[in-house]
Amino acid sequence: MLELTNATAVSRREIPALAADAFRSALGDALRGGARLGALFGREGAAGEAILTAVVNDDGVGASRVVEARVRGGYPSLTSEWPEAQAFERELFEETGVVPEGHPWLKPLRFPPRPGGEGAASIPGAYPYFAVEGEEVHEVAVGPVHAGVIEPGHFRFQCHGERVLHLEIQLGWQHRGVEELLRGGPTKRTLSIVETIAGDTTIGHAIAHCELLEALSGGVAPPRAQALRGVALELERLANHVGDLGALAGDVGFLPSASFLGRLRAEFLNATAEICGSRFGRGLLVPGGVRFDVGSEAAAALAVRVEKAVRSVQAAADLFFDAPSVRGRTDGVGVVAPALAASLGLVGPAARACGLARDVRRDHPSGIYRFAYLPAVLAQHGDVFSRAWIRLLEAERSAAFVAQQLRSLPGGPVRVALGSLAPDRLALSLVEGWRGEICHVALTGADGRFERYDVTDPSVHNWLGLAMALRGEQISDFPLCNKSFNLSYAGHDL
Amino acid sequence: MIPVALALAHAALALLWPPLLLGLIGRVKARLAGRVGPPLVQPYRDLRKLLQKGSVYSRTTSWLFRAGPVVGLAAVLCALLILPVGGRPGPLSFPGDFVALVYLLGVARFFTVLAALDTGSSFEGMGAAREVTFSSLAEPGLFFCLLALGRMASGWSLSRMISLAPASPGAGPALVLVGVALLVIALAENARIPVDDPATHLELTMIHEVMVLDHGGPDLALISYGAALKLFVFLALIAGLALPPGLVDPGLRLVAFAALTAALAVAIGLVESLMARLRLVNVPQLLVGAAVLSGFGLILVLR
Repeated sequence: MLELTNATAVSRREIPALAADAFRSALGDALRGGARLGALFGREGAAGEAILTAVVNDDGVGASRVVEARVRGGYPSLTSEWPEAQAFERELFEETGVVPEGHPWLKPLRFPPRPGGEGAASIPGAYPYFAVEGEEVHEVAVGPVHAGVIEPGHFRFQCHGERVLHLEIQLGWQHRGVEELLRGGPTKRTLSIVETIAGDTTIGHAIAHCELLEALSGGVAPPRAQALRGVALELERLANHVGDLGALAGDVGFLPSASFLGRLRAEFLNATAEICGSRFGRGLLVPGGVRFDVGSEAAAALAVRVEKAVRSVQAAADLFFDAPSVRGRTDGVGVVAPALAASLGLVGPAARACGLARDVRRDHPSGIYRFAYLPAVLAQHGDVFSRAWIRLLEAERSAAFVAQQLRSLPGGPVRVALGSLAPDRLALSLVEGWRGEICHVALTGADGRFERYDVTDPSVHNWLGLAMALRGEQISDFPLCNKSFNLSYAGHDL
Repeated sequence: MIPVALALAHAALALLWPPLLLGLIGRVKARLAGRVGPPLVQPYRDLRKLLQKGSVYSRTTSWLFRAGPVVGLAAVLCALLILPVGGRPGPLSFPGDFVALVYLLGVARFFTVLAALDTGSSFEGMGAAREVTFSSLAEPGLFFCLLALGRMASGWSLSRMISLAPASPGAGPALVLVGVALLVIALAENARIPVDDPATHLELTMIHEVMVLDHGGPDLALISYGAALKLFVFLALIAGLALPPGLVDPGLRLVAFAALTAALAVAIGLVESLMARLRLVNVPQLLVGAAVLSGFGLILVLR
């Protein structure tokens, strides 16, 4: 396997291309050695072959490894031994028809329209769901249209009374063909498409994309731009974590924290808007730097505002975490055991709430994170309380980081021009978005354009974690567990 | 002239006052959450809005679905006939009428549950199951409370029980236990936090609200009005016990009674604002706790 670090590119000729069995055993060795599967995708090769590309991220070493395989028809599945590969192999099967042999359940991941006509074999709804049989077992179906203003997804519970025996989550309604749209790029539209992969992770995906382009073109964003990117990424994390805490308070019916945290979320969105005019950071990033600079006075004022807002967050969150009724509602609910979390390959706050120290900012630093260290925050119990608590602690650290960066912004320009992309290369970019690891992998063709652009949103890793958290839980606790994960449908469905 | 005016005031208090209590709860919750909140008369406006709407019925439902709201409201209205209001006995009063009051509320619940099951929706079935489970656990507590009151008053009509129990010698400690238990049962029976969350949109967590999801328009108005009346029934029992015995002027008693129910509504608003909901698995513990409290109250007066 070829080793590369975050935000770098390698020549495609150097990537070892293995046979199906060797591919599987090489990946197996890497995963057994503590690496995590970051991306796995396929594309059509010559003469009916398919070419698989796999990226594993080794947190201990701080490097990633990439390997390719030429397969015909199928290859021995990884999922049977490493459940973290389940979504990737389903996607692979869906997109290329390559069969991961021995995959426990090769059900469709997103139902993309079949190329060249209606292959209506797998449309949402007309799909054999897992069913539990028994005298008192009943089934509850929720969605894809929900009571709140949220994204579409279908949840099917097999229940015995109030107890959930099994939850099956079927997604795919948000599929827009993002990866197809990015193929042949970059074009003028590329960045806008990347920014809308998951609307609440605009900055995260945009940074991943920009660092990828910089790796492919050999350019480097100036230090001031890197600092501003870090500020924007942490503001995004702050806004979402604070909003999630408020939503959790709302779900348990704890009104004071719900309304105050809901308002305070806007403070951080507005701070992003001060920088670039968009509350979600649309248009802030550009390959080669950032599009907007912040004056020194404005930066100092912004730092004060963020510090003030986070103090209010602490007060409102203390109210929430100190209330016995809230602790009774969140402690021990929706537990994901650490071993299970590791085998499912959870990322982000959901993994850190189980005690898994996974944080791209620490393990695979790029940009400003090579110079500024943010400690990974851990909790131990893997329940709703831990996932909420992690959010508060991370918000506090992010606010301190934002204030510190804004007070010590490096001088110089915020943007450099990038050259054209190098041909025949593979580039990898990892970013710790607020939900966890965002992984972008691009392959350039001989013309220096994207032959393939693979996006992995952290939600792809984590949705199964939510399903497993519900095993044996009360069905009435589902909304709370769901909110504590708060995964993206759009990011998963692409 | 005066008796007629008092009777009219009694009727007005029982029929027109209850929606205001809901408005009051909403206002208190909004204020504690840092919002202005809807006007106090919002529940009346909602009722008017709903009554002006048309009805939509699913083809899978039968007459039971349409009967649910009507029977539900009728049963609660009958219960109001038994209820003493502001020291005035209910128009219907006979020994043992408290059993009729409890089971008239039971009839309302029974038909609401039937209407919910009639839809065939898995959500509504779940809500119905929760509703009957929790109300069967609330019932013993409620009866312990009423039996204790009857024992204190040495009379078995609700009007006598409510007016005479507070004055009976040595009733203090038992009254406190009964009052607290009644308040807990009122929260459970009226789908308030910490048992149910009337404001949530998450069907999977609902108890009462999910049973009436398929009702709309005038049917929903009947249900909402019935819910307001039911809340009033419970608050009226507690407020009746708390009326100062020294107050003899019947008019003033009605005013004090109205103020007491409003104060109880504010208290419910405070509870809802300062507490999170219980996990559904812990709700039975709360209800059994209320039954134990009222059981001790009963033991105290059985000496």
